[in-house]
Order: sequence, then structure tokens, then C-alpha cells
Amino acid sequence: MSHNMLLVFEVTILVLAIFLGFEVISKVPTLLHTPLMSGTNAIHGIVVCGAMLVLGLGHKGPFAWVIGFLAVVLGSANVVGGFVVTDRMLEMFKKREPAKAVDASQNSKGDA
Amino acid sequence: MSTNVSNLVYLLTIVTFILALRYLSSPAHARRGNQIGAAGMVVAVVVTWIKTGGTSWWALALGMLLGGGFGAVAARRVKMTAMPQMVALFNGVGGGAASLIALVEFHRIVPAAGRPTFDISTAIALSGLIGAISFAGSMVAFAKLQELIKGRPITYPGQKFVNLALLGACAALGVVIATGVQTEWLLWAVIGGAALFGVLFVLPIGGADMPVVISLLNAFTGLAVAVGGFELENNLLIVSGMLVGASGTLLTMMMGKAMNRSIANVIFGAFGQVTAEAAAVAAGGGGQAVRSVSADDVAVMLAYAHKVVFVPGYGLAVAQAQHDVRQLADLLESKGVEISYAIHPVAGRMPGHMNVLLAEANVPYPQLKEMDDANGEFPRTDVAVVVGANDVVNPDARNNQSSPIYGMPILNVDDAQTVVVLKRSMNPGFAGIENPLFYNPKTVMLFGDAKDSILKLVAGVKSL
Repeated sequence: MSHNMLLVFEVTILVLAIFLGFEVISKVPTLLHTPLMSGTNAIHGIVVCGAMLVLGLGHKGPFAWVIGFLAVVLGSANVVGGFVVTDRMLEMFKKREPAKAVDASQNSKGDA
Repeated sequence: MSTNVSNLVYLLTIVTFILALRYLSSPAHARRGNQIGAAGMVVAVVVTWIKTGGTSWWALALGMLLGGGFGAVAARRVKMTAMPQMVALFNGVGGGAASLIALVEFHRIVPAAGRPTFDISTAIALSGLIGAISFAGSMVAFAKLQELIKGRPITYPGQKFVNLALLGACAALGVVIATGVQTEWLLWAVIGGAALFGVLFVLPIGGADMPVVISLLNAFTGLAVAVGGFELENNLLIVSGMLVGASGTLLTMMMGKAMNRSIANVIFGAFGQVTAEAAAVAAGGGGQAVRSVSADDVAVMLAYAHKVVFVPGYGLAVAQAQHDVRQLADLLESKGVEISYAIHPVAGRMPGHMNVLLAEANVPYPQLKEMDDANGEFPRTDVAVVVGANDVVNPDARNNQSSPIYGMPILNVDDAQTVVVLKRSMNPGFAGIENPLFYNPKTVMLFGDAKDSILKLVAGVKSL
């Protein structure tokens, strides 16, 4: 595939992704806006794959080693931290039946 | 592994990400969605690992262990109340990674004979620029929220001009790179300048504007990653990054709407200057007095009310009083008092911040009222209890044209019979704006740490 054809494909999916993003995210209720931010935060952690590709290049000098390595460290922190934080938040949203007075007092002893 | 196979697997990952966002439409299965997304991420990382051919496997492993280890520990240890700064931090490192990738890519193509194609060099310049703004801006936001530096807006004369000039200079250098000039220091200059801009642009923003900034930086990182996808010719990065970019943009617009301010006004707004004057006036006193009451008086008021509305703000997060508020609410409910919580869209330091805190305390969803519903209820509310909120209940937003927050929709707590404000002291809030609500004859102040005050109220109501 020629370079220009590839570019056109890439721009096409970029534009589609914008619309898809708006569409999906407009359905997220206000209640879940913080997990949404944190969840999308985890998703852009995909940058770690880019970092892995540049660190994994053959024939690289010391510069690419150091900067690429740093990029992998930052990217992995982004991925793991993002997903773990989001999971912790959503865990709290999950268990919600008409709550009883009892579990409030139990919770206050928890990790508050 | 051939590019076709890896791209197909990447498509699978993209689908899991979209599902993750889709599942966020309801709390019931949101967590499942996040797990699906995480699984998709693992698949993508494995495929990418195979693609690299294993030449630098130990460096990859070490880097991922270090970064992942830090991320896991930090995310596990953080308290729910410190979520906004954690989100800012993880957002920043993502942007930083995008910036570093641009550096490595540029370094790689510079010695090559012939000019790089226009789109690749544009992508390199852009992802370096946006990534660096996002990294530096998020770090400043982190430092502000963690109270490592002052939360109040930091301003100096000519600030807007300096910021715009700096951004313009970076953009101009970026254009030079895009035209195919292969000089490495150019990109260093772009990234350095952009990082400086990131610092300068977040420093003057404070208080109630924080949720807007955090979502904006989120959009920036997404965009930087998407552009990074162009430079690496990687669909996965393009789509995932752009999904995040769209999400961040939408949230930013919602927050701006909730404050009735344009995004440009938040970024370059005069919050700082006006605030300094307002604070000076406040320090002068103005001859008005506030009514301070004891916790026991408030306890009686609450116990004999028909309807009580809690208005949580950032102070609730700081004092970590969410469980105690819930306990008080339950106690009052058992005495037949009708309870609800009024949530302003920009209460706290990030979109939906109060919802997360109250979710942690297991507050039933039907009791959480959004602004419009809540404002309909205040006229028939006996007691509105403001717990650590300030700007979002400031009547100046309705009445005082010279106020920096004039025009922002607020919770009309002064429609209630009585307003109880739980506050540490009379110091102006995070944003440093004077609040006439405190001088309203309907208002009584209960001074002290929010958690202590709530606990006293619990004890008081129990003893009745």
C-alpha cells in the first residue's frame, strides 16, 4: 500500500473515531463522570505500545535506548495506574441496593 | 508476526476499549467494562511485544516492571479523596510518553537521506508539542491538588501575552519541523517550550476551574497519543487516542457549560486579578457579621426538620467526611426526615468528584440530585447543610456583575428556610472569592473541621 493511501485510511479512521467517541461518551451519566475520566485515562495508556515499538527498534543508539526506556516506564505507569484506579472507583459504584443504615458505620472503619 | 495479523489483533483491542466506554452507561456493569478494556490492553501489549522481535526484551521488561509497579502501588494506596490528583498524574505520564516517542522517532529519521514525509514530521512535531503541554500541565495540576504548591491562582502582569507568545513560538518551530527541516534541537525546543507553556497555563487556574482543566488535559493526552499513532503508522494508537480526545473534549464542554463560561475564558480568564481585589475587600470586613452556632443547636434544627438537603463540596473531600455525612443522614432518616444531596456539576476538583465520594459512602442513588432538580427542591427544604462547598453556592454568581463567577449557575441554597454552613474558618475558599451567603440572615455558620462537626451533629441528634 502506498504511503498516501495509508495516510488516507488513517485519517478516515481518525474522523470515525471522533464521532464514535462523542456518541459513546454522551451516553455516560453524570454519576460516572469521574470513572469515565479515569477510564479514558487508562485507555490512552495504549501509548505504552508505541513506546515499546520505539524501544524495540533494531539498530538504536544510546539516545533511543534511554528515551525509549523512559517512555516505556511512563506508559506502563499510565496503563496500570489508570486501570487500577478506575477499578477501585467502579467497585464502589457496583454494590448498590437500597442501602441499609448498618453498612455506613461499617464503611467508616474501612479505608476512608 | 505479520503486520496484517497484528493489526487484526489490535482491532480486537479497539473493540474492547469501545465496550469499556459503552459499559460505563450504567453503574451496574461499568466495572465489567473496565475489566474488558484491561484485558484488551494486555492483548495489545503481548502482540506488540512479539512485534518487537525480542531484541530488547530485558529493557522492555524492566521498564514495564518499574512503571507498572509504580502505577499499581500508587493506585492501590491512594485514598478516594485524593483521586483527582492521581488522575492528573496518570494523565501526565501518558502525555510525557507520547512526547518522548516523538523525540526517539525524530532522532531515528534525522540521519536518513531524503526528507521525511510531511505527515510524519507534522505528527512528530504535534505529538511532541501536545504531549509536553499535557505532561507539564498535569504535573502542575497534581502539585496544586496535592497542595505542594498554592491552590490560589498565581498571576503576574502580561501573563496572557507571555503565554500566547510562547505557544506561538512553539507552534512556529513545529511548522518548521513539519516542512521537513531535520534539525534535532528544533524538536527539543518545541518540547521544552511546550512544557513551559503547560506550567504557565495551569498555574493561574484555580479552584472551581480545576474540573475544566483536568478534562482538558485529558483530551490533550488523548490527542497526543492519536497523533503519535500517525507517526508510528499504528491504527490502535490513532483510534484509542482519539476516543479519549473526544471524551475529554465533551467533558470539558460540559464543565464549561455548567459554569456558563467559555473554555477560552477559563484558560485565559481574569479569575486571578478580580479575586485579589475581592479578597482585599473581604479582609476589610465590610462591617457585616456572621452568625455562629453550636453543633447542638444545629442538631435540634436537623432532627425536627421535614426535609434536609446536604450540599457537598471539596471541603467534604478534604475532611474525608463522606461516611460521617452518610451516617448523619441515616440517623435523620430514621427520625423521619427526608434527605437528599444536591450535586453541582463542578463541585470538587474533577467532573463527577462528589458522586465518587458519596458512592464510597454507599449513598443511595435516588438521593443524589443534579443541579436543576435540587434547585426545584430548595424552596420546600427546611435546612440546607453546606459541607465544604463555597463557589457553587455563592449568590454573587446570580447578583453581582463584578464577581469573577458572575453568570455561573449555582445551587440556590438560600431558597431554603435555613442554611447551615460547615466551614473551617472565615478564610475565602480555594478560589479566594468572598461569599455573601455567609452574611445572609438565614445562614448560620458551624465552624470547625467538617468531619468533627458532622460527628458532633451525629452525637447531638442521637442524644435527642
